Amino acid sequence: MSKKSYRQAINEALRLEMRRDPRVIIMGEDVAGGQGGTSGVVDAWGGVLGVTKGLYTEFGPERVLDTPITEASYIGAAAGAAATGLRPVAELMFVDFVGCCLDQIMNQAAKFRYMFGGKARTPLVIRAMFGAGFNAAAQHSQALYPLFTHIPGLKVVIPSSPYEAKGLLIEAIRDDDPVIFLEHKVMYDDEEDVPDESYTIPFGEANLTREGDDVTIVAFGRMVKLANEAADKLERQGISCTVIDPRTTSPLDRDTILDCVADTGRLVIVDESSPRCNMAADVSALVAEEAFDALKAPIRRVIPPHTPVPFASVLEALYLPDAAKIEAAVKAVMNHKVTEAA
Amino acid sequence: MNASITPITMPKFGLAMTEGKLAGWMVRPGATVRAGDDLADIETSKITNAYESPAAGVLRRQVAQEGEMLAVGALIGVLADADTSDADIDAFIAQFNAEFSAGAAEEADDTPPEPSVMDVKGRSLRVLDIGHGEGDPIVLIHGFGGDIGNWLFNHAALATGRRVIAFDLPGHGGSTKDVGPGSLEFFSSVVVDLLDTLGIDRAHLVAHSLGGAVALTTVKNAPSRVTSLALVAPAGLGPDINMEFIDGFITADRQKTLIPVLSYLVHDKGLIGRKMADDVLRYKRLDGAVDALRQVAAANFTDGRQTDNLRPVLETAPPTLIIWGKDDEILPSSHAANLPDAITVEILPDTGHMPQMERSEEVNTKIRAFLAH
Amino acid sequence: MQIARETLLRSYRAMRTIRDFEERLHVEFATGEIPGFVHLYCGEEASGVGVCANLTDNDTISSTHRGHGHCIAKGVEVSGMMAEIYGKSTGVCRGKGGSMHIADLSRGMLGANGIVGGGPPLMCGAALSHKLLKDGGVAVAFYGDGASNEGSTLESLNLATVWKLPVVFVVEDNGYGEATGSSFAVAGTQKARAEGFGMPYMECDGSDFFAVYQTAGEAIAHARAGNGPVMLHVHLARWYGHFEGDAMTYRAAGEVAEAKRDHDCLELFRKKVTEAGLLEHSELDAIDEAVRDEIESSVIAAKAAPLPGPADLLADVYVRY
Repeated sequence: MSKKSYRQAINEALRLEMRRDPRVIIMGEDVAGGQGGTSGVVDAWGGVLGVTKGLYTEFGPERVLDTPITEASYIGAAAGAAATGLRPVAELMFVDFVGCCLDQIMNQAAKFRYMFGGKARTPLVIRAMFGAGFNAAAQHSQALYPLFTHIPGLKVVIPSSPYEAKGLLIEAIRDDDPVIFLEHKVMYDDEEDVPDESYTIPFGEANLTREGDDVTIVAFGRMVKLANEAADKLERQGISCTVIDPRTTSPLDRDTILDCVADTGRLVIVDESSPRCNMAADVSALVAEEAFDALKAPIRRVIPPHTPVPFASVLEALYLPDAAKIEAAVKAVMNHKVTEAA
Repeated sequence: MNASITPITMPKFGLAMTEGKLAGWMVRPGATVRAGDDLADIETSKITNAYESPAAGVLRRQVAQEGEMLAVGALIGVLADADTSDADIDAFIAQFNAEFSAGAAEEADDTPPEPSVMDVKGRSLRVLDIGHGEGDPIVLIHGFGGDIGNWLFNHAALATGRRVIAFDLPGHGGSTKDVGPGSLEFFSSVVVDLLDTLGIDRAHLVAHSLGGAVALTTVKNAPSRVTSLALVAPAGLGPDINMEFIDGFITADRQKTLIPVLSYLVHDKGLIGRKMADDVLRYKRLDGAVDALRQVAAANFTDGRQTDNLRPVLETAPPTLIIWGKDDEILPSSHAANLPDAITVEILPDTGHMPQMERSEEVNTKIRAFLAH
Repeated sequence: MQIARETLLRSYRAMRTIRDFEERLHVEFATGEIPGFVHLYCGEEASGVGVCANLTDNDTISSTHRGHGHCIAKGVEVSGMMAEIYGKSTGVCRGKGGSMHIADLSRGMLGANGIVGGGPPLMCGAALSHKLLKDGGVAVAFYGDGASNEGSTLESLNLATVWKLPVVFVVEDNGYGEATGSSFAVAGTQKARAEGFGMPYMECDGSDFFAVYQTAGEAIAHARAGNGPVMLHVHLARWYGHFEGDAMTYRAAGEVAEAKRDHDCLELFRKKVTEAGLLEHSELDAIDEAVRDEIESSVIAAKAAPLPGPADLLADVYVRY
């Protein structure tokens, strides 16, 4: 056990699984970097933000495959390799680039098993970074997990901390279905205690980062951290919150969400993704349908506006959910007064 | 400072605790308390504990709100006599807080000792080795599914003037998950290996539950290495074992299913928090942990009974203290009946399977007194 | 060229099976009993069979939406295919894939594909598996002249060379991408594309089984030996429309009739082997009869087979969920 960053935790998960299983390979743009350069330096980048650094040195060019900047071919190759005996972890760099290879994810990897009558296994992991907060603007900042969650056949994982990242990535690599593993780029330097050994966190089991009596907050990815910040502040003001980190949006731990809403009677959902048809909408529909009678106040969603992610810091801050917005939403549901019907 | 005013501060339970949460006040403002009365429930990352009043008086202020997380040593309440003026109390709080935040900044480097992973004859074991002194060291041996965290409230207390070593048995905590046959003989050989590696000739073994049976086996196989035995709810002294706990501990894979299982461990069910369950889940998620538990259970609890009867060992054992919670739901305290006269048996009322956590002060006092003889 | 008698018999049977399978579908589809839509491979049989005669179950192929021929050539069982096309639970995909998604991974058949250009990236991956697992296998991507323009295909040509993969890109050029001629839609030449990506280019007449068999054999041997990818350009004619029901108003009168008259791969095969004294007419007639019976019984069985049930709707989305 030692303090590890989100970046280190992911690197360690890849390293441990590559040591454990020779079928595990990684591929992507500059996952090593430097090949074909004039200096002769290999592993020059180890991923654009250094997440895969050192893996090329340990596992060599056969298992750490730099790709041309051609997402359709290498994501498709990862799907094909997964269906034929390897366990690839393909890195899409920014999730926004899925536009270049969605067919291979949506129509190929996700569908093999069902289309082929249950005879295919596609143990594929696609890692990608997502999220705003980096002034990376509209094409490098999206939180596209609802897009993947929408597609049957994919599993979608959004680790909210270094501990979560390592255990969920090892689980993803050992899973026999295609898994989209989304890393929030603002969290790479976050640190916490992470075991040195291999461990797995099962999919579809939400984590309660705190339990309270008044309001249930469901938050995704980095929003879990912000929700806990808000809940800390609210607790000092006498409002106690349950914070649910679903960990995976597909499968989604519906039972835990419904149980907690039944206990608290109030729900706030914090979702960084674009607001239409996002996870906040999905969870709202679930609770409206299954736990309507438990609700003491309308569901509140802390979500960005229906705009692309803006560039300027001031606009990006306005765009994103933050602890203050979460706090305000929680207070709003606490202050809701039921109007008696005449 | 006004001599009639007593500050109530966030207590430090165990080595690693740096902050705690005021889970709930048990005394209303204005109520009179005696020294030793339960004042508040304090929740740490491991367990919730009642905090006893250090003095008698009237609880004049609840400075900390329920649910508030505070650093160890921070002011949570003020005790004074009824005559002390509110102004004096306010002044006291202001002064305390000013001094505390200054002091906290100075003590920021006071990090708790960290366990280390060491090679013990080819096995990696996580070991926490603290304290030093003249007498033989103490080795703490936890039970089934446990780890060094089981000694959170005892390790430092026993380590005043004495070297005390806690370690994770193979299959547990941060140690190797290879448990070989998972038998008492195996674990006892690891204890001897650990003594060899640490250069310890003889040690007092303080052991809990299945660890107690490991300690007894060590006495049987290597009597010269054991100075004395302090056994807390030890296995090996009777056939009964709560298999619902064992099976549930192995199979429960989320908080909701694990918390009821862990509740068997204690008399006061409120002590089992979700963080404690989360710690167990984190351990169980490690590669090989659940397989190791299955192996240990298969080796030691065949057909729902304890496999080994170690009562004969006690006929010729070194000085032995046995502490048992009267309401133990894992191993019945009746197993402590009919032992040789030389053995001191302490049965604690209103206590479950974890006296060293539930009655940590009392257990620490009894063990220290036993070792002092 | 020496071809084992066994191979000749097996290849003729496969081509005849494809022809009868597709002709029968052409008839059955018109009755309205077959759901969805089908794309027929008639006229192109020698391509799929000539290539796959050089492969084993250890090699992997990807196909197109015109995939029945590749499936049969790669050894997928006919009755399971027929039942699949009828949407029955006994189908090779349990009635959940249909004509465009027939697959049998145990035969190295990674699926027909409803997406034009869907296969080539997948075959880069399959080739990577063969290379890293060192199982001696090669991957073959069948795709049409239409798919040859897809970005995914062009990216795959690049990737296969960059990674030096054992993959053969087989362009089945029937002159039409749906209803648009390749003379309009394909810029430059397939040859220049292959050379542009630094891989050998080979071509052959797709109505001549022997030409396909030999050229494909060389291409596959090149890839199998670890020399990297190859492009094999096969010139073909499509006998039916893009899909069943396509009136083919975009094709000149007589175009198909000429192809059937002069370029029927089965007739050309029969002529060649009997004239060379390799096989007897009677042997080939016996195969024709056996295939007729097999197709007939596969249709009868498919029609009689049970439909999938509500549980099938939810099954097999994931291995575990």
